Amino acid sequence: MALFSNTATLLGKELRTEFRSRELLTTTVVFILVVLILFSFAINPTSEESREYGPGLLWLAILFAASLMLQPCFLREQGNDTLSSLRLAVDDPFAIFLAKLIANTLFLLLTELLMLPLFAAFYNIPILPKLHYLLLVLFLGSFGISVVGTALSAISAQARMRELLLPLLLLPLLTPVLVVSATVSVSLLDREPVIQWKGIAFLAVFDLVFLTALWIFGEYLLEE
Amino acid sequence: MLKRMLLGAVAILLVIAATYGSFYVAPTERTMGLIQRIFYFHVASAWAAMDAFAVCFVCNLLYVWKRNAKFDWLAVSSAEVGLVLTTVVLITGPIWAHPVWGIWWTWDARLTSTFVLWLLYVSYLLLRTLIEEPDRKALLSSLFGIFAFLDVPLVFGAIRWWRTQHPSPVIMGGPGSGLEPTMKKVLFFFVFAMHVFALFLIVERYVLEKLKNDVDVLQREAEA
Repeated sequence: MALFSNTATLLGKELRTEFRSRELLTTTVVFILVVLILFSFAINPTSEESREYGPGLLWLAILFAASLMLQPCFLREQGNDTLSSLRLAVDDPFAIFLAKLIANTLFLLLTELLMLPLFAAFYNIPILPKLHYLLLVLFLGSFGISVVGTALSAISAQARMRELLLPLLLLPLLTPVLVVSATVSVSLLDREPVIQWKGIAFLAVFDLVFLTALWIFGEYLLEE
Repeated sequence: MLKRMLLGAVAILLVIAATYGSFYVAPTERTMGLIQRIFYFHVASAWAAMDAFAVCFVCNLLYVWKRNAKFDWLAVSSAEVGLVLTTVVLITGPIWAHPVWGIWWTWDARLTSTFVLWLLYVSYLLLRTLIEEPDRKALLSSLFGIFAFLDVPLVFGAIRWWRTQHPSPVIMGGPGSGLEPTMKKVLFFFVFAMHVFALFLIVERYVLEKLKNDVDVLQREAEA
């Protein structure tokens, strides 16, 4: 139970830090917007092509944005060496990860919710018919990105060239998320939508595998 | 020293014998012709590479558990050898594919996951160059190695949902698959030879890593 109360307190701290400045959210929203517009310039899709490639581009934009957004996650704690205090304050260091990854998932989901109407308008794809399923895919995908991303940002924060290193470590690891979320989204946004439960289950399995790995190995990532 | 030289000599002789076998002992394949002979080298390298990565994964786990630097040396040695062998696989594959499929590359499950595997271990080795302190480097790269290895089956599963162009497994495949007996013998001999060769490379690389470490320790002592 201590894990949950610790996580809740730390989550409150993460959210307060972010919503005081909203730096991360604003920059990520603008970043995704820029990428989506540049994609459209680069390939100039017809309406059929938009349906076929649009969701993949959206996920690629989310992935790139996440790899930038997750940078400060642990770096932030280095300035005043607050990480050591955090470690002393909680029984289980997994609480630190859990709070950070829930916060990151929420930030990602929030940016996605803000982006979705613009994406629908720019790429001329109606998103409303299967919106609840789309939100489920967005949640599972973002959760997977956050689990892996939070773990890896703890690694990259302790290395040189960290700004370049995090995307380099993160993006290949997230290939399964990109592949599956993009396909599931494409078939959801099709003219005749299909719900690929197998893909949704796969995303849940991915999330679970890495959440378990983080639970087992997380404490070593924060070793002094 | 003598043992290592002996191992090296045996490994090189075995690879030469296996190459001879793949050119002169194995019968020419009926439809593909001579180009099929690259299959022995290709498959043997792939198997040896997978086993090298498996050794790396086990060493990563053992390092996190036991904190003995020897496991880290063995992990980096096998990761490097595995990476070289995967590079061989990625080069010999297209050489075969171009005349047979008419294309150099296709985004099918096995090709793509091999490529992602290659990228993951490039990141693993890159990460190691970006952390100074030896213990931290060993620990963090071990943890990344564990994450990367867990990712491999997920990458493969995710991409498999698309069409697949790679020939279905001939060894341990379903009914109707299988190799002509001489071809099978040559293949297994080549696989054995490549494993011995990989072992030789890993041992040499391990000794090198150990020497590097000794030099580091001496240097630090001299400075202190």
